[in-house]
Amino acid sequence: MNRAQQIGDKILSVEGVSLAFGGVKALQEVSFDVREHEIRAIIGPNGAGKSSMLNVLNGVYHPQQGTIKLRANGAWKEFHDMDSHEAASLGIARTFQNIALFKGMTVLDNVMTGRNLKMRCSFLEQAIWVGRARREELEHRRAVEEVIDFLEIQHIRKTPVGKLPYGLQKRVELARALAAEPTLLLLDEPMSGMNLEEKQDMCRFVLDVNDHYGTTVVLIEHDMGVVMDISDRVVVLDYGRKIGDGTPEEVRANQAVIDAYLGVAH
Amino acid sequence: MLYREAGQFKSTYAEDQQIFPIRQDRVAVALLLAVAFVAVPLFANQYWLSAILIPFLIFSLAALGLNILTGYAGQLSLGTAAFMAVGAFMAYNFVLRMPWLGVIPSFILAGLCAAGVGIVFGLPSLRIKGFYLAVATLACQFFVLWAIQRWGWITNNSPSGVIAAQKVEILGYVFDTPQRKYLLTLSIVAVLALLAKNLMRSETGRAFMAVRDMDVAASVIGIPMMKTKLLAFAISSFYCGVAGALYAYTYLGTVEPEAFTLDLSFRILFMIIIGGVGSILGSFLGAGFIILLPIFLSILFGALSHATGMQIPHSVISNLELIIFGGLIIFFLIVEPHGLARQWQIAKEKLRLWPFPH
Repeated sequence: MNRAQQIGDKILSVEGVSLAFGGVKALQEVSFDVREHEIRAIIGPNGAGKSSMLNVLNGVYHPQQGTIKLRANGAWKEFHDMDSHEAASLGIARTFQNIALFKGMTVLDNVMTGRNLKMRCSFLEQAIWVGRARREELEHRRAVEEVIDFLEIQHIRKTPVGKLPYGLQKRVELARALAAEPTLLLLDEPMSGMNLEEKQDMCRFVLDVNDHYGTTVVLIEHDMGVVMDISDRVVVLDYGRKIGDGTPEEVRANQAVIDAYLGVAH
Repeated sequence: MLYREAGQFKSTYAEDQQIFPIRQDRVAVALLLAVAFVAVPLFANQYWLSAILIPFLIFSLAALGLNILTGYAGQLSLGTAAFMAVGAFMAYNFVLRMPWLGVIPSFILAGLCAAGVGIVFGLPSLRIKGFYLAVATLACQFFVLWAIQRWGWITNNSPSGVIAAQKVEILGYVFDTPQRKYLLTLSIVAVLALLAKNLMRSETGRAFMAVRDMDVAASVIGIPMMKTKLLAFAISSFYCGVAGALYAYTYLGTVEPEAFTLDLSFRILFMIIIGGVGSILGSFLGAGFIILLPIFLSILFGALSHATGMQIPHSVISNLELIIFGGLIIFFLIVEPHGLARQWQIAKEKLRLWPFPH
């Protein structure tokens, strides 16, 4: 493997997380860990609890049991449940399964909102505009343009996102997440609904992001070809339980995983 | 000069982030300001200034305030008139009880009082959305009017609840003629509109729009929901409060609480719907439409009856005006649900290519 940044130590560790909505047990005692700079995939049949897992990681859902340990700025922090604002400020960014862009805003504004936690000026300074607020705005514009260049969306930067085709919207959402300079990037089905070419582009971007920025990626994906090709390690969920964990080869050979996907004769 | 940006290259982000990136826009805005500040006070007559232009500016400011809340931050509100009432009556109290303060600081303090009321009545927005929130803001409308009529000190114990605005004096200069009042109103509105434009194109404005478009994604990105929504209520109410103070001081002169009924809130809501939701320009266009169209219609009918020699009874004419006015509103909403500001946007895009079809 010739990556710029080698896979390092654990950066995130999920221990015994259980989440229930009334009687529906979405996650039951799920534990796994994520290492720095790796691409970690979460797979599983529909309704296995993959999206719920991501929602727990960045504080949209609050699990009833379990702990989440995150290494941010060199120190371990332990959480029973995350708060989404806190998760964002600790460097967790994500994209959504159903695109969650700000439809009325341009691509540039969408990506700029990704940097909101780095903006320091008060609204009064912004209203007056001259001086610090203007400098700050231009400084962040420069950083945002780098992300826009990286994901090759320069030509649409002034277009309202509502007018863009689906594949590009997915890319803009990735750009918005990257603008926050995350240490941990959660991607919820980044390739769903795409044709082969768009999928190849997206895979290239995910690998490039991981390689260039050293961002740790946790992704959910249904396309097994993609998962087996780009991920370093895979977690398999089924009915809210973890049934497999390991390298793509190990997971592919795991009988429980094969049974979950293909079914078993009773 | 054709309206297009061909040949205007931008080589720095500073140039690209200007308030009006296209040169023709800058020229047009400069011309408009010159006309509004110099030509209008010189040539417009008393009637135009005090009965049309001053209310137009004040309603534009109120519509701008509501547009920040509803158009940008996506929080529906029917409390606009109440925030204006807070501004008007608090400005009266500040000028009355603290005369050393000066008029402009009193207006600003009155706006801040309205902002405080806005924050209190914006609290339900943390849990409820859309039409339900609009109903919750109705409480503000009724509470504020009730408080003004009930608590004597607000109206300085005036038995009928009517207050007479004091004369407006800034640094020994008295704003008493329509020209001077117009200039004062125009200056305040122009400055506040500029501040709003700046705010809406920077981080605060983006946070407002993010909350409007997709609140879950906004909070995941790290935008604090509570702070953003309450800030939207505060800024919007500040604008409405200042508009209310101007309404009392440069337009009406004597104000009764009944001037700020739900009816007024609805009028301002219609202004932003017709003008363009989520657009600074739209606030002005909408106010212009709602205020100028009835006047234009009555002039038109006057000219028509004069030209044809027909004696149409006055009651018929005033009803006809209302019917046509209502019809035009429906027509505009069907043809362009995004408001007049969107029409202007489309016209600009067409002008870019004109006279070539592609």
